[in-house]
Amino acid sequence: MSGQNGHPGRAMTDSTTTTVAPPVTGSGRIGDSPLRPDGTLKVTGEFAYASDLWHDEMCWGVTLRSPHPHARIAGIDITEALTVPGVWAVLTADDVPGDNAFGLEHADQPVLASEFVRYEGEPVALVAADHPETARRAAKKIRVDYEVLPAVTDPRRAMDPDAPAVHRPGNLVRHLKLRRGEVDPVAPVVVSLDFEVGMQDQAFLGPESGLAVPAEDGGVDLYVATQWLHVDQRQICLALGMPTEKVRLTLSGVGGAFGGREDLSVHVHACLLALRTGKPVKMSYGREESFFGHVHRHPAVMHYEFGAETDGTLVYAKSDVLLDGGAYASSTNAVVGNAGTLGLGPYRIPNVAVDAYGVFTNNPPCGAMRGFGCVQAAFAHEALMDELADAVGVDRVEIRQRNGMREGDRNITGQIIDSAAPVAELLQIVRDLPMPPPLDPSDIRALPGAVGNTTHGEGVRRGIGYSVTYKNVGFSEGFDDYSTARVRLEMTGGEAVATVHTAAAEVGQGLITVEQQICRTELGVERVVVHPKNTSVGSGGSTSASRQTYVTGGAVKAACEAVRAAVLERASMGLGRPAADLRLDGEKIVGTSGEVLASLGEVLGDDAVEETVEWHHRPTHAIDPETGQGDAHVQFAFSAHRAVVDVDVELGLVKVVALDTAQDVGRAINPDAVLGQIHGGSAQGMGLALMEEIIVTDGHVRNPSFTDYLIPTILDMPPMQVKVLEYADPHAPYGVRGVGEPPTISSGPAVAAAVRDATKKPLRRVPIRPEHITGT
Amino acid sequence: MRVTTTVNGTEQSVDDVWPGESLLYVLRERMGLPGAKNACEQGECGSCTVYLDGEPVCACLVAAGQAIGREVVTVEGLADGERLHPVQEAFVECGAVQCGFCTPGLVVAAHDLLARVPSPSDLEIREALAGNLCRCTGYEKILDAVRLAATRQARP
Repeated sequence: MSGQNGHPGRAMTDSTTTTVAPPVTGSGRIGDSPLRPDGTLKVTGEFAYASDLWHDEMCWGVTLRSPHPHARIAGIDITEALTVPGVWAVLTADDVPGDNAFGLEHADQPVLASEFVRYEGEPVALVAADHPETARRAAKKIRVDYEVLPAVTDPRRAMDPDAPAVHRPGNLVRHLKLRRGEVDPVAPVVVSLDFEVGMQDQAFLGPESGLAVPAEDGGVDLYVATQWLHVDQRQICLALGMPTEKVRLTLSGVGGAFGGREDLSVHVHACLLALRTGKPVKMSYGREESFFGHVHRHPAVMHYEFGAETDGTLVYAKSDVLLDGGAYASSTNAVVGNAGTLGLGPYRIPNVAVDAYGVFTNNPPCGAMRGFGCVQAAFAHEALMDELADAVGVDRVEIRQRNGMREGDRNITGQIIDSAAPVAELLQIVRDLPMPPPLDPSDIRALPGAVGNTTHGEGVRRGIGYSVTYKNVGFSEGFDDYSTARVRLEMTGGEAVATVHTAAAEVGQGLITVEQQICRTELGVERVVVHPKNTSVGSGGSTSASRQTYVTGGAVKAACEAVRAAVLERASMGLGRPAADLRLDGEKIVGTSGEVLASLGEVLGDDAVEETVEWHHRPTHAIDPETGQGDAHVQFAFSAHRAVVDVDVELGLVKVVALDTAQDVGRAINPDAVLGQIHGGSAQGMGLALMEEIIVTDGHVRNPSFTDYLIPTILDMPPMQVKVLEYADPHAPYGVRGVGEPPTISSGPAVAAAVRDATKKPLRRVPIRPEHITGT
Repeated sequence: MRVTTTVNGTEQSVDDVWPGESLLYVLRERMGLPGAKNACEQGECGSCTVYLDGEPVCACLVAAGQAIGREVVTVEGLADGERLHPVQEAFVECGAVQCGFCTPGLVVAAHDLLARVPSPSDLEIREALAGNLCRCTGYEKILDAVRLAATRQARP
């Protein structure tokens, strides 16, 4: 395939419905798909997840949580709980030795509530006991005297000046104001809509867990499932009142994350209990507690307006986005940043007015989830783009292509898109992919309702929907985003072995495989050991924002280059030739014409060469507070989806028949893992469109279980056709472009559009429930 | 309460089991077999799937006492020594494993499917694995893995 904008392009297709042969793994360098180093352990049940940890003399910690969305704590009596046989400790806010406050961006959340509880499920007290059931029973004997207070649970109400303040001085977390172009633009065609998005849960399968082990130096070692060890460490140290060297973290096996492990959960609690009891303490949430134990995706209330020429060319766009941040700030500030700066989609829009708000309420705290602010906005801008297409009589794909960003364009913050922006091409690819076969009523398993035997084809309508979206990669708005890598090269048993050590969290996405691939590529060795992830090396930054292959990948590459330079310097001294004339080729040192001058073993001897590099991506900048203008982001990633659905319009049941996608990944370091990210990300977007919502009524979560919070099963997911473009980003290591989040952003709006197409109903809220379709 | 059961071919006894404990808890916390995973406690996610007298069950829904005198096979018991079972091998090779938390349950469920239906259609695979939630893969590569394992098992 020829590249657009002069970029060399490569494309690969995955047709998954007929695969019976394993993928070719190659030599394990970049561009290959070597097997994950933890794969065998995971299929045999031997991989140690955080919830599998065990220690001699270990006891179990549990959390007592608030039953109220808002209350004053008048008193806590732990006397009776302490008398339960087998109980080792009962702790309250009074037992927090350092700052009783933590938070990703603002330390506003108590480790244990002292004066007020601000959401249902807020931690109030802790118990450690011999057996988890003993701890749970003891927790029930803690008497908390609550004075229930009025709760603010509607984010619109939270904006009222007279609304009760969840925090002082008020409920506004952030108002992002963005203005570009004319102040009051006019256009011949104007369309507008209101849209709502429900609260989605990350629903990672491995519940929050950790094991804290008190150490002889008075400190503590914490083994925990997380997304960013060093930001955890910083917050834990403040809460414990301990210096960094006394609080050491090691990543244990992580059972998925998707943003839900960015904020602290068991971390400080387990450390507090371990330090108090002098015993190792394990904490592991059940599913119900997990729903209360991490932040969720912000629900959104949005109003959008597009003005266009009669041919559909956009003249202006306005958006008003209100995100419910719940009771604590978490990452609401940054989520608002994305919903504002990226929330009009990958389109060229000369005149823009955006107001994005994040507010405090007494609902569950919301923060990071895959797609981070772009997901909510995408439902609105894509629904409105279909409206505009219909209003001007232009095809729904064509209108997107006509308005789609291209390389060199400025986005709505005025930032130049300085690498590939193949919006039109991605749409064309998904439009041209083969369509699924027509509805076949002969096998009810393929129909909406399936073996529920709800239809044999009558009342079933097919719909098709398209969506194209974009997202920033990495941390934005001036954040100093970096990662650290330590790479060591040595001879072991006559073989060169590289060891790569980063603190960047492997959460299932395959970063450890990528780290190995980069080391093999840069150093020419076959054997690469991935050191356990811990805080004895510098920060790897967060496993979020689709950033690890880019940023930690960049750090590993840079550390390998430093090791290589050091090896050549060493060889240069021994050989009496300038290092510039030497190359490391496999396990050999070669000269300018490729002649072998020495083996790596001869150069290294018994020594190891080790280098540590802190690698920063290009700086980003804060946006102007009045206009929202600025170079806020480091990279943009684009994807498009086409969804085909069959809807039983009488019962409101939806069967997704096809969910096909195209995405530009810059460079696929591990093509197999790239596909895995696209498949899984697409499923999560589809889930939000059709089934996933935490139902919150008056501040109370109604469905904290997998019985009542539904995520897609293998029956819900259709076969997917995935096409991957590789337009290298010249500013990124190897040209990579973040992969993980885009599919979650563009899949949901395509599914929602397909359901609208099938039902001819406006459907201005997701998840779309059966009653929205039937109107009953 | 004493619980004696045969696990992966070996008789195991554990004492002082609280009667409210599930088979899953006893396997994980008392017998040192954490392969089966605890992800929902309600039989919704399938992560704790094990064989009980040859039938796949959610170990979280089986009281420990119900397993007394019966035969349990967990994901730890499927490989032949160092040699992976074809289902396990296919899961690794096809990229059906990401975070892997659902994998032990899915491996047991797929193992059971292929024992009953050596060459399942895609719809049969989907029906058989519908009780196993995966949040990472979107299931595409899990389907690939089951197809590959079926192909390999069909060869003599």
